[in-house]
Amino acid sequence: MTLEIIGISVLWLFLFLYVIVASIDFGAGFFNAYSAFSDKQHILTGIIQRYLSPVWEVTNVFFVFFFVGIIGFFPQTAFYYGTTLLVPASIALILLAVRGSYYAFATYGAKIDHRGYIYMYGLSGLMLPAALSPVLAISEGGFMRLEGGQPSLDYWALFTSPLMWSIVVLSIAAVLYISAVFLTWYAHKAGDIKATQLVRKYALVWAGPTIVTATGIIFELRGHNPEHYASLLDLWWMFALSFLLFLGTVFLIWKKRNYGLAFILLVGQFFTAFFAYGASHYPYLLYPHLTIYDSFTNESMAIALIIAFIAGLGLLLPSLYLLFRLFLFDKDYVKGKSDYHA
Amino acid sequence: MGFEDTALMSRILTLMTLSFHIIYATIGVGVPLMIMIAQWVGIRKKDEHYILLARRWARGFVITVAVGVVTGTAIGLQLSLLWPNFMQMAGNVIALPLFMEVFAFFFEAIFLGIYLYTWDRFEDQRKHFLLLIPVALGAAASSVFITIVNSFMNAPQGFDVLNGELVNVSPLLAMFSPAVPTKVAHVLSTAFMTSAFILASIAAFRLLRGSNHIYHKKALFLTMKLALVFSVATAIIGDFSGKYLAEYQPEKLAAAEWHFETGSEAELVLFGVLDGEEPKYAIRIPYALSILAHGVPSGEVIGLNDFPEDEIPPLWIHYLFDTMVTLGMWLAFFSFVYVVGAWRGWSIVTKQWFRWLTMLSGPLAMLAIQAGWWFTEVGRQPWILRGYMKTSEGATTSGQVDLMIVLFAGLYVILGIGTVVVLSRMYKRNPVEKELAQRESVKGGGE
Repeated sequence: MTLEIIGISVLWLFLFLYVIVASIDFGAGFFNAYSAFSDKQHILTGIIQRYLSPVWEVTNVFFVFFFVGIIGFFPQTAFYYGTTLLVPASIALILLAVRGSYYAFATYGAKIDHRGYIYMYGLSGLMLPAALSPVLAISEGGFMRLEGGQPSLDYWALFTSPLMWSIVVLSIAAVLYISAVFLTWYAHKAGDIKATQLVRKYALVWAGPTIVTATGIIFELRGHNPEHYASLLDLWWMFALSFLLFLGTVFLIWKKRNYGLAFILLVGQFFTAFFAYGASHYPYLLYPHLTIYDSFTNESMAIALIIAFIAGLGLLLPSLYLLFRLFLFDKDYVKGKSDYHA
Repeated sequence: MGFEDTALMSRILTLMTLSFHIIYATIGVGVPLMIMIAQWVGIRKKDEHYILLARRWARGFVITVAVGVVTGTAIGLQLSLLWPNFMQMAGNVIALPLFMEVFAFFFEAIFLGIYLYTWDRFEDQRKHFLLLIPVALGAAASSVFITIVNSFMNAPQGFDVLNGELVNVSPLLAMFSPAVPTKVAHVLSTAFMTSAFILASIAAFRLLRGSNHIYHKKALFLTMKLALVFSVATAIIGDFSGKYLAEYQPEKLAAAEWHFETGSEAELVLFGVLDGEEPKYAIRIPYALSILAHGVPSGEVIGLNDFPEDEIPPLWIHYLFDTMVTLGMWLAFFSFVYVVGAWRGWSIVTKQWFRWLTMLSGPLAMLAIQAGWWFTEVGRQPWILRGYMKTSEGATTSGQVDLMIVLFAGLYVILGIGTVVVLSRMYKRNPVEKELAQRESVKGGGE
């Protein structure tokens, strides 16, 4: 295994973890806003706030970890992606600010539960995947021009690309699906029957669009990036496995059984699909300009980063375990029996 | 937009983000230590007031941390968005501390979440107190790592340039540049000092508003003592910073001091205006610059005449330097008077006008932080990486930076107002007198 592969695998893993934890966070915010809109707010708010409030900062760090890490391992990405993503990334930052400030001002602070704020917070959860996911489309190539050695984004090509829009739709559907499955489990653990029924319904509703758009994207790639499409097909068995796991989740949710296992299967489904996609993208970080080899940092930095990563993980894993034990797996806390907020 | 314009726009946006972020970052680094000390004093003295003090500070702190997370994510991403060429180069050499900073913050965020949601969950208060240690350590470590990156920009080392390529990169050598000891110490001590003054301001504000509760008096005395300790530390470290600058970045010191000709027995110029190369209406302290730079009046201080004209920082940084130093001196003096006065029972410390001054000390300390960062950043110009890359070379070529300035300016205004409104509303709804009374009636219970 080369240093390049280790580097990109670590980053891809953290991006995957971000996709899962952020989807839960984004989707929950949207469901919260939707139930406020349809006057069912009391059903979800308690559940959502008990889980989200203590962990959202941790969620955000996964994102920071990814973009700091990719500059560390592959500094040249700063040049290509940094220059071209100014506008979309700035918009994503503003949306993240909406979410962060909602936690700061509305849940920790003076409990501002103004409707407008709840809606903004909820909508930001849908707009964020829509703002971030086009990067995946950009990485497929064809949307970036090099003028005088300087990259710039071809907005017209991007916004008229069916591939880009499919990815956006998939990201939104996936956010809602992942979140709904997780919340079904969490609400069930909390013993809240009404909330469980509600989010279970959402999970079933969003399962279909998720799998349909995901399949659609594979076929759109055939026209857009045949090279990538060919390597995707080589990994067909991973996608098949992912699909089986998807069926498992839907079956369990449908039968109202083993919500915990259903969520684990869902993580497995996304894990296999995400890594199959990532592996088929290899070696490109950006078709056709940038591969993980020509953008890689020097060897001494790579080794230093990997050592720092292992040491950091040694510190983090026990802390994360403690956090989850206290807030995710503690029955009294999940059920809302104990509230020890400062 | 031309190339120069984009660089200027990128500088404006970075300056805006950093100036806003540093408020939250300073509080984020300093306040955990204050909470820790208050809670520790409370446990040791079995004094409910100090414990409640820690708890109420923690409630406000979490709001500033949340906003700080937002602004911190913004600056983290903007580094790559606005300075892609610089980050491409720097990424090869100084990525390690940036990476470690994320872990430090990760660590802090996890334990802050646990700390906040476990008040009164433990039988033994000391267990809950222990959770604060990783929060304070993580916060301090974050600032150490980020300051290391900034130090590298001021005194780059740990690599060679061969035909435009970076070779012989040593990440550890790059991390421990000569700027590190003074810069890191200065950032930490001023964060503790400023946080102590801000918390003192809050207590003074309550006392001015007519409360005469012993709770606020305890808070004021505790925070002013801490402010004094860290002001003195800051002054001592400031002296070392002067010596660092004289040795490694003489052009920054010379521009700050309007020191044009290399020479010994140099005088320190405070304020004034510049007429050609002649400072007018300034306060001049003989030998002081030589002493600041080398510790002896005969020390030779390098002047601006030793540098090419296009490598000299803007001369207006003189005012930033003076603002920082003057405020620092005043705050050290003021906290000294307060602590001695409170200890000896002088009546002036309880006078209205004196409390007004106390209330001002927090904002003044924050102003000094701003002046200090502006000084060090503008004072590094025209370099983004001193001696290797000019700021204009590091900037993006994207033409939309001006639009982003408007967008982020709006965001920061909203976040700033939001913070003030939410904090003041939160404490107003639940004044300490009310909370103390409640705790008396339900002894030992949670909320």
